[in-house]
Amino acid sequence: MSEFWIHPSLVLFAGAALLPFLRAKERMIWLLAVPAVVLALVLTMPSGEFGSTAFLEWTLVFGRVDALSRVFAVIMALMCLIGSLYALKVKDTGQHVAAWTYVGGSLGVIFAGDLLVVFLFWELMAFSSVFLIWARRTPESLAAGFRYLLVHTFGGLALLAGIVLYGAAQGGDFTFAAFSTVDPGLGVWLILVGVLLNAAVPPLHAWLPDAYPAATFSGSVFLSAFTTKTAVYALCRGFAGFEILIVLGVIMALYGVIYAFLVNDPRRLLSYHIVSQVGFMVAGVGIGTAMAVNGAVAHAFAHILYKGLLFMGCGTVLYMTGRSKFTELGGLYAKMPWTMFFTLVGALSISAVPLFSGFVSKSMTIAAGYEAHHYWAAFLLMLASVGTFVSINLKLIHSIWFGERRADDETWEKAADPGWNMTAAMGVTAFLCFIIGIFPASFYNLLPHAVDYRPFTSYHLSETLQLLAFAALGYYLLRKKLEPKAVTCLDLDAFYRTGGRGFAWLASAPLQAVDRFWSALHEKGGIVPLMRSALGVGRFDNRYVDGAVDGTAHAVRVLGNRLRPLQRGSLQQSLTLAFAALAGLLLLFYLLA
Amino acid sequence: MTLLRIIESLRARSATLLKAGIGVLVLLVVLDALPFVVDKADAHTAAERLPGFWAVYGLAGCFLLVYFAKTLGAAGIQKGEDSSDE
Repeated sequence: MSEFWIHPSLVLFAGAALLPFLRAKERMIWLLAVPAVVLALVLTMPSGEFGSTAFLEWTLVFGRVDALSRVFAVIMALMCLIGSLYALKVKDTGQHVAAWTYVGGSLGVIFAGDLLVVFLFWELMAFSSVFLIWARRTPESLAAGFRYLLVHTFGGLALLAGIVLYGAAQGGDFTFAAFSTVDPGLGVWLILVGVLLNAAVPPLHAWLPDAYPAATFSGSVFLSAFTTKTAVYALCRGFAGFEILIVLGVIMALYGVIYAFLVNDPRRLLSYHIVSQVGFMVAGVGIGTAMAVNGAVAHAFAHILYKGLLFMGCGTVLYMTGRSKFTELGGLYAKMPWTMFFTLVGALSISAVPLFSGFVSKSMTIAAGYEAHHYWAAFLLMLASVGTFVSINLKLIHSIWFGERRADDETWEKAADPGWNMTAAMGVTAFLCFIIGIFPASFYNLLPHAVDYRPFTSYHLSETLQLLAFAALGYYLLRKKLEPKAVTCLDLDAFYRTGGRGFAWLASAPLQAVDRFWSALHEKGGIVPLMRSALGVGRFDNRYVDGAVDGTAHAVRVLGNRLRPLQRGSLQQSLTLAFAALAGLLLLFYLLA
Repeated sequence: MTLLRIIESLRARSATLLKAGIGVLVLLVVLDALPFVVDKADAHTAAERLPGFWAVYGLAGCFLLVYFAKTLGAAGIQKGEDSSDE
């Protein structure tokens, strides 16, 4: 390592550690300064391999900087800055600490050169991000957080098992590089399961629409960006050309939009759209050509911005009104026009409307599908685009801002555009969505492979405009069917929720009865006779054996009774006394020695 | 506020906007049929070369997705809010 290199995650961890000690004004400056430094670090980072450390018989690599890791790191650092600006006035310091630790975990995975480091930061992401859910402090968020943690623990175990098996098969080489698509082995498949769980690929996806809407209004902005897109990075790095990903990606893309039609919570709708949009990326990785991987990366970059913007818009509605259901909102454009405008920019971007970011990113993956002759996949992804446009632009925007006013008077009174920091965060993100959409060439320069793709052709424009305009006509004709309803939707998490309730019943009813019966039997048939015989043996030992020798047992018992008052019943006090006694003994030992 | 005035003004002209929207739909299909406007050499399959292919695909796709989703909802995916176990 010849050049000085500092891991951006370390800057975030150090920044997070100092946050609780800062006063309100200093903290606001710190909340912007630290992510700005991280972004500057990432932007100016030279390519190469840094931060190699010997650990047992392996060399861990914390800093592999190349085109792929750089583009993901840039967007993660940028989103950290935007998210921190949005959450600038959140007084709960724990949320900021959790968010930065989470981002640090994501950057750690992105810069990791080997699978052991990947696992370390992968787990850090799961265990820090859950606090963004719990921080909402509602019974729903507490339960959702536990389910989130349990599911990610399963994913982490699959990942670890896969890493161990893969490393053993490679003779101890844990380098994180492209895995062979020819007979990859059990280890690689298990790693893929762990990664696919974080990418929210059905049937391992239900944690996402369960947990993200339960998070705090600003926490969900962070959550929307990091877990799934870090998984997309891992897929791009290791699994390009795994054709099963094309099938899974297409299923994701359609699954997400179909559920988005059904739900009644804007942030749950957006969560299903994460599943859908990540489907485009997963399919791109599966296609595996340079253009398809570029498309996946470009779409991940654009998606982080527009999805963050959409979550900021809906989070602002939640923050300002306290409401998070379509059936309790409607007609808010008059009260929150700028929030509506910025959210609309996010909606136009995710729908791949020309001049917005999604148009120049999503189409690259679909075009790569056509070029690689995966026609069925490309046509189905176009179908998913129809669903995206209808459910986001028409259902979400219409139901919150333009539809019939369903809000009560109290909600209506509270509704207003938010403070300067939230407005600025949304404004900057909207601007970036627009800039990427009109200047794609500069954006394409960030991608890992050379780009030979022109989005602004007459055919592509005609194709997109027809598709979206006639989808809008379809919505207009079917609009009565898409009116919001006060419902919840069952998803595959019902299996483990039902399983959890079944286990609780099993533990509380039959198992507890067996345990009670066994305990009674044990007590009457085992403990009582045993105690009696032990008492007899003790008396014999004390009176005849110890008394006949030197009386040590008697002396220890008397000393024990004298020391008993020191035992207060508090573990901390007992530990303190024990350590004080140990320190005294050591001091005595050194003085006498 | 200017933004609010623009929105109010557009809403006040919703009938005109609807007519303009229909005009845009027709125009898009007409332009798609003109080879000197839309170069179909970039199309990937023979079906895409048909004028208005993506218009039909968008409309049919919207109907398909909405009806499929509603069917799934009616089949038991959607439950009343009281049935939530949170």
